[in-house]
Amino acid sequence: MNETPLIPAGVKRCSKWQFSLWMGAVTAVLIWGIYAMFLIWYKGLNQTNMNDAYGFALWIWADLAVIALGGGAFFSGFLTYIIGKDDLKNIINFAVIIGFICYSSALLILAIDIGQPLRGWFIFWHANVHSMLTEVAFCLSCYFAVLTIEFIPLILENPRLAKKPFLHHLSHNMHGVMAVFAATGVFLSFFHQGSLGGVAGVLYGRPFAYREHVFIWPWTFFLFTWSAAACGPCFTILVTWMTEKITRKKLVKQEVIWLFAKISGWMIITYITAKTIDTLYWALVTAPSKGFTLMDFYSSPTYNIGLLFIEIVLCGFVPGLILITRRGRENSFFLMSAVILAVIGVSLNRWVMVLQVMAVPLFSFNDWYTYMPSWQEVATTVLPVAYGLIVISLAYRYLPVFPQEQELNPID
Amino acid sequence: MFPFCFEWAWDMSHMVFMGGLWYALSIIGAGLTFAIVKSIMDMKSHDEKDHGHH
Repeated sequence: MNETPLIPAGVKRCSKWQFSLWMGAVTAVLIWGIYAMFLIWYKGLNQTNMNDAYGFALWIWADLAVIALGGGAFFSGFLTYIIGKDDLKNIINFAVIIGFICYSSALLILAIDIGQPLRGWFIFWHANVHSMLTEVAFCLSCYFAVLTIEFIPLILENPRLAKKPFLHHLSHNMHGVMAVFAATGVFLSFFHQGSLGGVAGVLYGRPFAYREHVFIWPWTFFLFTWSAAACGPCFTILVTWMTEKITRKKLVKQEVIWLFAKISGWMIITYITAKTIDTLYWALVTAPSKGFTLMDFYSSPTYNIGLLFIEIVLCGFVPGLILITRRGRENSFFLMSAVILAVIGVSLNRWVMVLQVMAVPLFSFNDWYTYMPSWQEVATTVLPVAYGLIVISLAYRYLPVFPQEQELNPID
Repeated sequence: MFPFCFEWAWDMSHMVFMGGLWYALSIIGAGLTFAIVKSIMDMKSHDEKDHGHH
């Protein structure tokens, strides 16, 4: 059996044994995660270290973080198909794959977290229409369907599949209506990213999270959507860079990366300015109105004021300023530093809005609540990383993911 | 999810939530159906052209 027809024409891939070795190593990690997942499904949520204080824990942070990092897919779709930034067509395939991995991981983590996945459909059938999380579940599922639809044409471009006339036409026609799916994806993402932020912002009884609002939407609703659109592209750039390092090839022209980084930079700067105003208003007006001072929320050795500085200045203004300046983004070291800081920044924001909210004492006689995840929680959180590596490896090997790869790496 | 589910009520919350869900699902379904139907038609017209050449 000759494998060559499965690999796209005009590109070079590693040998079968090298690929198998890599896949074997990643699959071992995947199996570890699957074992932990089955332990949780079989024995129950007592396998975790969640407690009365921490109903939301490592999984929900991972969920929110991957959803924010997967925001590169909807934002690049918006820029390409709706704004008309055609240059981004050279990276959008990869952004869609990353989005697909992030959202399928988020759904997988939720399936573990609900304890009884066989009852997962209850959220649709017996929907609680007063819960922001119901809206998140709706939008998340629908957007995952959109990402799958966006991924399918790329899969159909595999040389062996493209030979089938129906699949060839289907791929072409799906490309033709992709703008509709992209617009739907933007609509869905706006609401589920926002509602994830809204969940924290409406917690009237937890002044650390509570924010002022417009109608029913607290400011965190808008900040979450904004931060996902701002930092999602940075994650796409980061994973592209890692793929280039591993494959030892240039896969996307630097001009495309710079354009994506510049847009991301402006989004980060505007987001972090809004976040700063929101934080100042909360610290000076909202929290005092509930009887708290800013430092009441940062009195723990773990959750100290340094976290706020790291999130807003080090992982907010610094990467934003680097990316909006030509010299900053065109210097490889600064570009990648900014991208990594932005990814850490948005992940830290989700950590603070999930876990610090849970850690703040609810009663005057309580100390800060503590939590350390069990190995089962860690393994099931690492599981999506291994799964993501497998999907990216298979996609890169068998699909024409990067339209500029042939031009940048001509085969003699 | 459907008006025949026992907890359904014709109130604003149900209409907004479920209306939004079905609106999104309809667009996704319509887009997908269009692509599939057009592909079948394209394939048939392509076949007919091929037969015409022979």
